[in-house]
Amino acid sequence: MRTLKFLLRKEFKQIFRDKGLLPLIFIMPMIQLLIMPLAANFDVKNVNVAIVDHDHSTYTQQLVNKIGSSGYFRIASYSDSYKDALHLIEHENADIILEIPQNFERNLIRENNQKVFLAADAINGVKGSIGSAYLTTLLTDFNSDIRLKWVQPQRLSNVSTINIDYSNWFNPLMDYHKFMVPAILALLVTMVGGFVAALNIVREKEIGTIEQINVTPIKKWEFILGKMIPFWIIGIFDFTLGLLIARFVYGIIPLGSIATLYIFVSVYLIALLGFGLLVSTYSSNQLQAMFVAFFFMMIFILMSGLFSPVENMPEWAKAISKLTPVTHFVEVMRMIVLKGSTFADIKKQFFIEIIFAVVLNSWAIWNYRKTS
Amino acid sequence: MKQFLVFVRKEFYHVFRDRRTLLILFGLPIMQILLFGFALTSEIKNAKIVVVDYSKDASTQKIITKIAASSYFTIEQNILSYDDMDKAFKQGKIKCAVVFPASFNEDLKHTNKASIQIIADASDPNTARTLTNYLISIINNYQTEINTNVQIPYQIQPELRMLYNPELNGSMNFIPGVIALVLMIICTTLTSVSIVKEKELGTMEILLVSPFKPLYVILSKVIPFLALSFIDLIVILLLSNYVLGVPIRGNVFLLLMESTLFIITCLSLGLLISTITNSQQTAMLISMMAMMLPTILFTGFLFPLENMPVPLQVISNAVPSRWYYYIVKAVMLKGLGFQAVWKQTIILLGMCLFLLTVSFRNFKIRLA
Repeated sequence: MRTLKFLLRKEFKQIFRDKGLLPLIFIMPMIQLLIMPLAANFDVKNVNVAIVDHDHSTYTQQLVNKIGSSGYFRIASYSDSYKDALHLIEHENADIILEIPQNFERNLIRENNQKVFLAADAINGVKGSIGSAYLTTLLTDFNSDIRLKWVQPQRLSNVSTINIDYSNWFNPLMDYHKFMVPAILALLVTMVGGFVAALNIVREKEIGTIEQINVTPIKKWEFILGKMIPFWIIGIFDFTLGLLIARFVYGIIPLGSIATLYIFVSVYLIALLGFGLLVSTYSSNQLQAMFVAFFFMMIFILMSGLFSPVENMPEWAKAISKLTPVTHFVEVMRMIVLKGSTFADIKKQFFIEIIFAVVLNSWAIWNYRKTS
Repeated sequence: MKQFLVFVRKEFYHVFRDRRTLLILFGLPIMQILLFGFALTSEIKNAKIVVVDYSKDASTQKIITKIAASSYFTIEQNILSYDDMDKAFKQGKIKCAVVFPASFNEDLKHTNKASIQIIADASDPNTARTLTNYLISIINNYQTEINTNVQIPYQIQPELRMLYNPELNGSMNFIPGVIALVLMIICTTLTSVSIVKEKELGTMEILLVSPFKPLYVILSKVIPFLALSFIDLIVILLLSNYVLGVPIRGNVFLLLMESTLFIITCLSLGLLISTITNSQQTAMLISMMAMMLPTILFTGFLFPLENMPVPLQVISNAVPSRWYYYIVKAVMLKGLGFQAVWKQTIILLGMCLFLLTVSFRNFKIRLA
């Protein structure tokens, strides 16, 4: 125990004297949490509509006004040439074309039926489909307005209508920050913990001080534990910092219990640091460790469901995703912060993280050799 | 000239004998294409939903069958109580719930009006929106079916066409971005690291005192990476075309020329980094943190630029890959010609010339 105390003192001195490490630990997370959520906003709003109007009637005027005042759309152009509108799409100045055919109003009244044409830029599939769904809903609305004006209520009542109410739980305002900030907080703890731990033992190897440790009676587990505890404390510190930023900058207060969050993070950090130390024991210099850590971190982060939901992945990708500790952490962060899930709800993920922690750390201890 | 070729050969040996570099050169692009192409789709398939059916009659059964038949949804077990549903949401087991009130069929038959409630887990807003939209269209579809004998007056029928990407292939949006990202990693990181490596090992001194002109030393360093990134580009294009089904609609020659311009821009960026650093580790940190991160953030393939606050949008203009991404999208996916991208090409050319001049002026033939 006494040995461990001395080792810890040494590690903390080393960390606080390393000028390169301090900004990585303290500044980078703050910047990340302040910039990333601003950038990672996948909300579909301000869809640019190019309206091609071949009719120029009162109805089309009303429709254009309705689109303009709905709040979701910006009218990019209003003309009677499809070619011009397509040109706008080609230059990414418009997202959707709405084409109203000639005699739209007359045909609608006389023939009871009239088509309008929508063409959406679908290279970005999400934007294309959500944007056109907005526009279709708006057209349906406009349609009922017209119908009400022309038809006596009793004629309508022959038609069976199903009324659809929809409610959005857990994030009623559909605020993207609420969804992203908890996940980015997870990302930040992962980046700091993973990289710093990966670079650490290897640094001792590179500058040769590992030899000095190898010839002392320090035990293997003491050495690994001595490396781990300081980074664990830093990780918890960064996590707290992140929670405070989320609270005071984005106004996000976890719905679930803070204690559950901390219990989960504690175990997660042990698993993650185990991974970092494992990379460290396998590499011979810092450059190599950084390469390897970067490679794995990138896969972990991309597969973690941070940017695109895990459920949409094909089965093989889902399997890989479940095999990384990051995925479960991101999931749990969102569950506790947004949905107020309790410990009972997350206990599956909790046990998975424990397994990760045990496996990765025993592997790291096993792979660290005092003999060369 | 012969001398120059010998130097180029030396550089190729450097690359081919380092397994790590080779891994990054060829492993990374292939992995990224596969990851982005297959794993990261925003396309919704088999979203788990529950149906809470208090009515259990013929109409609700028909609607449920319709929902189950759609490839977007998988119906989980029937949950009857509200508490169970709440629990399923909190455990993240379901994304959406459809609630039929008691006497759904009665209402529909006698009063011609019935209600359905859709509850979505909106913690992920876009998924919630898309799922709700799909469900609404399925229910509307059913509504039209039961109303076939009654003519709905004054109907406006929207006819929807998805331009460029009718089957909503999710890779479309990613591929141009992945090309930009991979070229950036290879050209910038590997070039800067390989030049700084010579400095670190001390062999740079030997090269500089040789009768070979310093400019050629640099040129011979750059050429292998130029060639290799070109090969990478072609590999990516072939993979995305034949494996992911992303077509090349425009002129291939134009695409390759624009890519060459971007590659040269990245190489000059790598050169610039190598002139201001002295250790491989710093070179790598700078190119990864200061170059990769902005590329990922500000290119627009992962994060939509138009939703960012104005200051960030202004910053994004300084990132070369942003313009290259625009060009690739226009030429490769939309099939447009040079007249559609000349402005972006000029901006890229300007950046390229600027970076080249700065890095050549910074290049010192004397060692400190």
